[in-house]
Parts: sequence; C-alpha cells; structure tokens
Amino acid sequence: MSLLSAEKLTKTYRSGDIDVPALKGVDFSIDPAAFVAFVGPSGSGKSTLLNLIGCLDHPTSGTLKVLDTDIATLDRRAAAHFRGENIGFVFQDFNLIPVLTVFENVEYPLRMVQQWPAAKRRAQVLRLLDAVGMADQAHKRPDQISGGQKQRVAVARALVSDPKLVLADEPTANLDSETAHRVLELMKKMRDEFSTTFVFSTHDARIMGEAETIFTLEDGRLLPAAHKEIAHV
Amino acid sequence: MFDILGIASRNLLRYGRRTMLTLLLIVIGMVAVLLFIAVAGSFKSMMVGQITDSVLGHVQLHRKGYVASIDSLPLNLNMRPNMLAKIEETLDGNPAIAAWSPRIKFGGMFSNFAETTSIRINGIDPAREAATVPLLSGRLQEGDKTAALVERGQIVIPLLLARGMKTQLGDTVVVVATNRDGSVNGKTFVVRGILESISGPGGRDGYIHIDDAREILRMTENQVSEIVVRLKDFSQLERVGGQIKAAVEGLTNKEGKPVLEVHEWTQLSPFANIAKMIDLMTLFIKIVLVSIVLVSVMNVMIMAVYERIREIGTIAAIGTPPSRILSLFLAEGLMLGIAGTLAGIVLSLAGIYGINVWKPTFDFGMQKGLVMAPTIAAGDVLMIAGLVVIVAIIASLQPAWKASRMDPITALRHV
Repeated sequence: MSLLSAEKLTKTYRSGDIDVPALKGVDFSIDPAAFVAFVGPSGSGKSTLLNLIGCLDHPTSGTLKVLDTDIATLDRRAAAHFRGENIGFVFQDFNLIPVLTVFENVEYPLRMVQQWPAAKRRAQVLRLLDAVGMADQAHKRPDQISGGQKQRVAVARALVSDPKLVLADEPTANLDSETAHRVLELMKKMRDEFSTTFVFSTHDARIMGEAETIFTLEDGRLLPAAHKEIAHV
Repeated sequence: MFDILGIASRNLLRYGRRTMLTLLLIVIGMVAVLLFIAVAGSFKSMMVGQITDSVLGHVQLHRKGYVASIDSLPLNLNMRPNMLAKIEETLDGNPAIAAWSPRIKFGGMFSNFAETTSIRINGIDPAREAATVPLLSGRLQEGDKTAALVERGQIVIPLLLARGMKTQLGDTVVVVATNRDGSVNGKTFVVRGILESISGPGGRDGYIHIDDAREILRMTENQVSEIVVRLKDFSQLERVGGQIKAAVEGLTNKEGKPVLEVHEWTQLSPFANIAKMIDLMTLFIKIVLVSIVLVSVMNVMIMAVYERIREIGTIAAIGTPPSRILSLFLAEGLMLGIAGTLAGIVLSLAGIYGINVWKPTFDFGMQKGLVMAPTIAAGDVLMIAGLVVIVAIIASLQPAWKASRMDPITALRHV
C-alpha cells in the first residue's frame, strides 16, 4: 500500500485576471520508507507539489491522498492537526525559532502541538538530538550554532514526533558540499532507523544522487522518462 | 499555558528596547492615573468631609418649599410636631443612620451694645449636633473644643462677624429676632466660641442652644427648621436617602401632596459640582490611559507579527493549531499589560507615599493650609490594573488574530 498517491492532480493559481497552472494533472505514488526527490527547474511545480503533500494547500482538481487521507477534505484546523500528527518539515533556511534553545526547538512539536508528558518528551528529544549528533549543543540558541548544525536540529525537529513522512524543501541549498553530504547521510540514517518516508524538492545534484526515486517535474507535468527507481531494501 | 507564557516572555525580551519603551508608556499612564485618582480623590473626600461633617450632614429634611426660600429662613415653613414624630420614627428605625440632629434656623440682629448687624442663627441640640456633624467643634478658632458647643445662654459666632464687631470670647451680646407672628424678642448671650468660616451654605452661621432659639422665637410647640442626618456609611448615601424619601412621602397635606422634602448634601452645596468635575476629569484621564495602552500595545504587537511572519509560517506548518498561535501573541500583550501594571502600581504607591511624607498644603476657600494626604482604595488600583490588562489584551487581539489566520505558504515565502 502506498503512503502517498496522486491522481490527475492539478493546481492553478489566480494572478489578477489570469489563471496560472502550477500542476497539470500529475499522477504518482510513493511507498512507505522511500527516499524520494522531486526535481526540476524553478517554476516547474516542485514547491507547489510539496505544499499540497504537506497539507498546506488544496488541489484545484484531482486527488491527493496522504496516509489514505484525501487532503482536499481537510479544513484549516484539521490540516494543522494532520500535519502535527503525521508530517515533519525541513526547510531550506532551517527556520528554527530563535528564542528557543536547540533542545526547545526540537521539543516544540511535542510540547506545543502534541502536548506529550514532560518525561516522555525529554527522553524523545534527547534520543533525537543524540541521533543527529547535537546532544552536546542542546542548550545553545540557533544563532550560536553553524548552518549544518541548524539543519541537523531541523531534521531532529521534523522527526521528533515520529511522523510517517518528512518533507524537505531544498534542505541542502544553504549548506556547503561537505555539510550537505552529512545532512543527507543523516536523513538516510534516520529513514533506516525510523522507517520514515523522506520527500525532497530539489535541484541539487547531490540529493538526486542520494535519492532512491526521482520524479522530474517540468512545466507542471511529471516526466515519466526521467524516473530513477532504486528499490529500497 | 506556562509554555505559551514562557515563549511570549522570551519574544518580548527579544526586542528589549521596544518592549521597554512600550512598558514605559504604560507605566507613565498608570502612574498618572493612579496619582491623579489619589490626589484628586483625597482633595474631594477632604472637601466633602469638611462640608458634610461640619455643616450640612449627609442628608437634610425640610418642610416642602423651605430650601427654595432658605435665604430668608422662613419661620412659617418649620416642621410641625406631627411631622417631627413621623421623621423621628423613620430615622430611629433605620439602622443605616448613625445620628440626626434638629435645627431651628432664623435670621436676627446681633448687637454688642455699640454696633448692630445681621446674623443667621442655628438653634441646636449640642450633643446631637456633635454626633451628626462631628467636625463642627473642630472649626472653633477660639473657645474650648472639647466641651459641648453651646450651653443655654451661650452663643458661638462666626469669625468674620467677631472681627467685624470686635467681639471676643466672654463678651455679652444680644440677639434680637422677629417670630412668625411678627413680635420682636431679644436675649443676651455670652460669646462662648468663635467659629472658623467655611465656604458654602451655613458656613458663616452662629450657633445657640435650641431651647434658647425656642425662647427667642416664643415657640409654644416643638418646631424645627431642618433635620440633619448622618449615615453610618457615606457610600450608601443614595440608597439610604431613597429609603428616607420613601418613608416620609406618606406624610401629605390636605391636597394629598407630600409636606416634607429630603435632600442629599449634593443638592444643597455648589461644591457637589466641583466633585462632579473631579469625577469627570478622572474619567477623561482614564480614557487617555486606555488610548495610550491601546495604541502602544497594538503598535508593538503589529510590529511583532510583521517581523515574525516566517516564524509564524514555520510553527503553523509544523502543526501548531491556529488557536495556539493566537494565544502566543495574546500572551505577549497580556504580559506587557501585567508587567506595565505591576511597575505602574509600585511606582504610584511610592509616589503616594512620597506625597504623604512631603505633606504639601493647599487652601480651599477660607480654609488655609489644608494638608494633602492622598490615599487610594485597593478597589481603584484593581480597577485600573484590570482595565490596563484588558485593554492590552484587546490591543493584541487584531495582530494575534492576523497571525493565527496567516497562510503558512505565504508566511514561509515572506522575506
């Protein structure tokens, strides 16, 4: 059974009096624990697709099911709840909350979204910080750590609530090669350890090289010929 | 809740200078309002106390039409024995009344055997008068303040009259008056005290014993011009005044119209209008405070939301419910309000304490050197504090609502 499936998925934005199609009938499915990249040039529809998968937006037509839930049926509150329960996010600019420490940033989804009990929360946060190699930096603020470390913290935050799916929008765009490689290794390790599906939007060749499945988007359409399929073992 | 307050406090500290400036505005507003309430309130209550406790009492009863022609002190509008009996029954039966005192008021001529002038006289029962207007004897500039105000054959005269007539304590004087039948009578008195004059009605009257008044006026029955009432709790003035009115309304003339009228002190003294002005000014300064808090908190919260749009997008994307985002920003407004309120209260109380140590004096009419001793009721402090906190929350509502309704995609794209 697939974790994600899209059928004839379209998304059209309105710009003044003009309709701007961002996705034009996209079909795909993604299995659990996959390591998938959506690639394509700017304006190809990658971010739009990730926003739809992340329940941040609604499709114009077609069906998109995430964990068997048709995301078109979710209202604002239900979508927030669904994201909090099932989806982790890693952003290009890390988007850590500057007034919180590393520990508190990772703890945030458990404390402010899911409201886990304190002891269980602490154990989970420490486990994730340990897994991403940031346990010794737990007390620091985001402005006291490097970009690579911030992205590690962001990965830990995305995984802390044991989501089935992590969406990463250009996660290595602001990292140097070595750091980007380490972050990707970390994500793969997390995938192996927690069986979490990772979906990226990128045009970073390094991610393309690491991805097990690549979907190429161009002008809002998926190009079947460009698929790279590597079976996940 | 503590999580939200914790994050809110850190966000406030994040823009420390801006937060401090906003707090400063709230604190200045709070201090201005509380000090004004304390000083103006103390001035008002001191003046009201002076007027009610030394002359007017809290409530007065008269025969219908007496107050309208009070300048001529008409003897034909005195209250008759049947009316007095009803009044006595009413006043003695009301547990909210601390004391009441009958007065016979009349105009007469005052002579020191060398010169003659007019005088307004109150014939009083000294014990009842002392219980009803306890500050009256305190106005004695000369004479024993601890003894009864007047005994039979004694007179207390106002200071201006004493100066004008060059009359001193122990002098013998004559009071001559015309009774309601038109016959003239006179009686000699020994000056027992000289009374400080005060502003307002009755502030320059002389006092004699009520039995002497009856004797001069040759009254054959028990009549009085006015009855002055003191309440146990001044704040219950309106309620108790209403009770007295309702009780004496049943006393009617042949035409079925009430023969008595009841006035609260506010209806008898022009100072009531000054008291109303003080209340009005207090209201205006409260409105200014509300405006200061509203504008300053709203400004800082609008800026906070604008500067944290990406952050709002992030927390919304990772699943923070809109209600919690709303709470996060409301909590910032709440904390600004609480912090400003607490600092404002501390500084205001320190200011009030400072004024009480300093003891500045002021004049009110003919009374000189009154010491300003501002106080503020806990209720007033709580009311202003509550007002500031509520207004701070209201001011945060629009920015917080905007943050909670923000589209995460748009917010995350914000540069």
